[in-house]
Amino acid sequence: MPVEASKAPPTKRKPRKLKRLSRRDVLVLSLMVGIPTLVELLLVWGPTLLSIALSFTRWNGLDLSDLKPAGVENYQFIAQDYPPFWPAVGHNLLWLLFLGVIGTPLGLLLAVLLDQKIKGSRIYQSIFFAPVMLSMALIGIIWQLFYNRDSGLLNFLLGTAGTPQAIDWFGDSNVNIWAAMVAATWRHAGYVMILYLAGLKGVDGTLREAAALDGANARQTFFRVVFPAMRPVNIIIVVITIIESLRAFDVVWVINQGKNGLELLSALVIQNLVGEGQVIGVGSALAVILLVISLVPIVWYLVRTFRKENNA
Amino acid sequence: MSTATQLSSAKPSARPSGSAKKAKRHWGTHLFLTMMAVIWLVPLLWSIYTALRPKESTDANGYFSFAGPFNFQNFIDAWNQAGLVKYLFNSAIITIPTVLITLFLASMMAFAVSRVSWKFNISLLILFTAGNLLPPQVLAAPLFEIFKHIELPYSVSASGSLLNTYISVIAVNTAFQIGFCTFVLSNYMKALSPDLTEAALVDGAGIWRQYWSIIMPLCRPALAALATLEVIFIYNDYFWPLLFIQSGDLLPITAGINNLQGQFLSNYNLIAAGAIITVLPTLVIYLLLQRQFVAGLTLGSSKG
Repeated sequence: MPVEASKAPPTKRKPRKLKRLSRRDVLVLSLMVGIPTLVELLLVWGPTLLSIALSFTRWNGLDLSDLKPAGVENYQFIAQDYPPFWPAVGHNLLWLLFLGVIGTPLGLLLAVLLDQKIKGSRIYQSIFFAPVMLSMALIGIIWQLFYNRDSGLLNFLLGTAGTPQAIDWFGDSNVNIWAAMVAATWRHAGYVMILYLAGLKGVDGTLREAAALDGANARQTFFRVVFPAMRPVNIIIVVITIIESLRAFDVVWVINQGKNGLELLSALVIQNLVGEGQVIGVGSALAVILLVISLVPIVWYLVRTFRKENNA
Repeated sequence: MSTATQLSSAKPSARPSGSAKKAKRHWGTHLFLTMMAVIWLVPLLWSIYTALRPKESTDANGYFSFAGPFNFQNFIDAWNQAGLVKYLFNSAIITIPTVLITLFLASMMAFAVSRVSWKFNISLLILFTAGNLLPPQVLAAPLFEIFKHIELPYSVSASGSLLNTYISVIAVNTAFQIGFCTFVLSNYMKALSPDLTEAALVDGAGIWRQYWSIIMPLCRPALAALATLEVIFIYNDYFWPLLFIQSGDLLPITAGINNLQGQFLSNYNLIAAGAIITVLPTLVIYLLLQRQFVAGLTLGSSKG
């Protein structure tokens, strides 16, 4: 899950220096740092590096002696001879665009509307937020009931149920990516809404008053004053939107394991790991491609978040 | 900083502020929000409606009929036949230790990087924060192979390896979530005054005392918020159990419910009931701890 940034007010005095600690305290401190760091290195960063290493090998995952170096073969195979790869890249991009153009702005709009003290604001808020409580896997199942060809509500509402025109929303490879993105947006918008609601509360009220005094209308006040003032939240939202669309996995896996129109990079990685012929090298190369793309927003976010602290 | 010219030039375009106009604008907002809320609720309400109807009734009248009867038989069947009790129990075995270990390790790490000044604290914090942002699929292959090749006695694990054990899921979930919790807690601890531990130091309190007796009690609101949030993250996690656990009776409910879908392929009434049972624990937590939960999601971002 993505991380929320924060800028704690800088403390006046610097924290205690290490060299002023007793020997026993240094020992306690090294355990306090050492154990979590070991867990993080062994189970997160170690495997990440191993993924990179495995992507340059050919391996069936059975015996370590079967492991053969393969150079960039896996990458060549993926780019040239692996049919689902380019559709998956396209789908990931489409997912990002869909969340960026529809999901995130919708969440922002809901937050802005709920921020003006209207009646029943809490009830609306709970309704829009409810899907965030659900796992993406469960969302896939619930929307199955809605999208199903013969018994789903949507075909009934469209008047196509029981007719040959009935659309199998999750089964038809022409439309299922859109159906899955709508289901994902259902959750994403609520998440964005709650973060923006918090962000809006944090905006200094005098800024709005000043804008009003200057004669700005509601729209101008929002876009020229309030929105720029929410910069820290905006950064988080951009990162969440990108990272969530790269991580998208559960919904498509629940629907059809990411096949037949629902190819995503994350699903291809797993298909190559747990499928019949385990092709660890190809799966790892796909994982590395996913890693490289993910590093762009991750590094951007880290630089934004930690640059100030480092200078302090 | 308004000037007279700006004021006067802006006036004509400024909206009339009569009360009638205001009321009208809110009316439009309500219309839009109500419409959105209805759209938002349709999938949930449809699931509940489907779950409350016996299969025979929908078979006879179709899914879109409004004929009764309505009862809780599907919930009872899902609970008994599909083994949801077992799945819920598995979820608890995975979720509770994961959240406790994660918060314990993350709070120690956060203390070390925020309350003590030393060379590597920002680099370490970056390492942890970045780790949480990686897509889980990136670590999948090596973790799967490592766990497969770690041999365990058959008395401990039926698979003879770390695969197909709760430990594998607990360990990876913990490692993955430490980053997030460390980041949030270190921000929280940074905001606490340094005088707190200075005073304790004069009284001769060591690092552990400062951490456990002074800082941790002060972090209670942040810990409560994170605990709520983490319970929901881990409970809802689908990916790691999917990858590591092969035998159906060890699955947590989020993955188990997917089994139910394969098992009762065309009985949508039963699947709907199972889905609703799966949501109930998170819903209860949300309703009971709503404030903590939202605080956890937005912790820090509201300070910006």
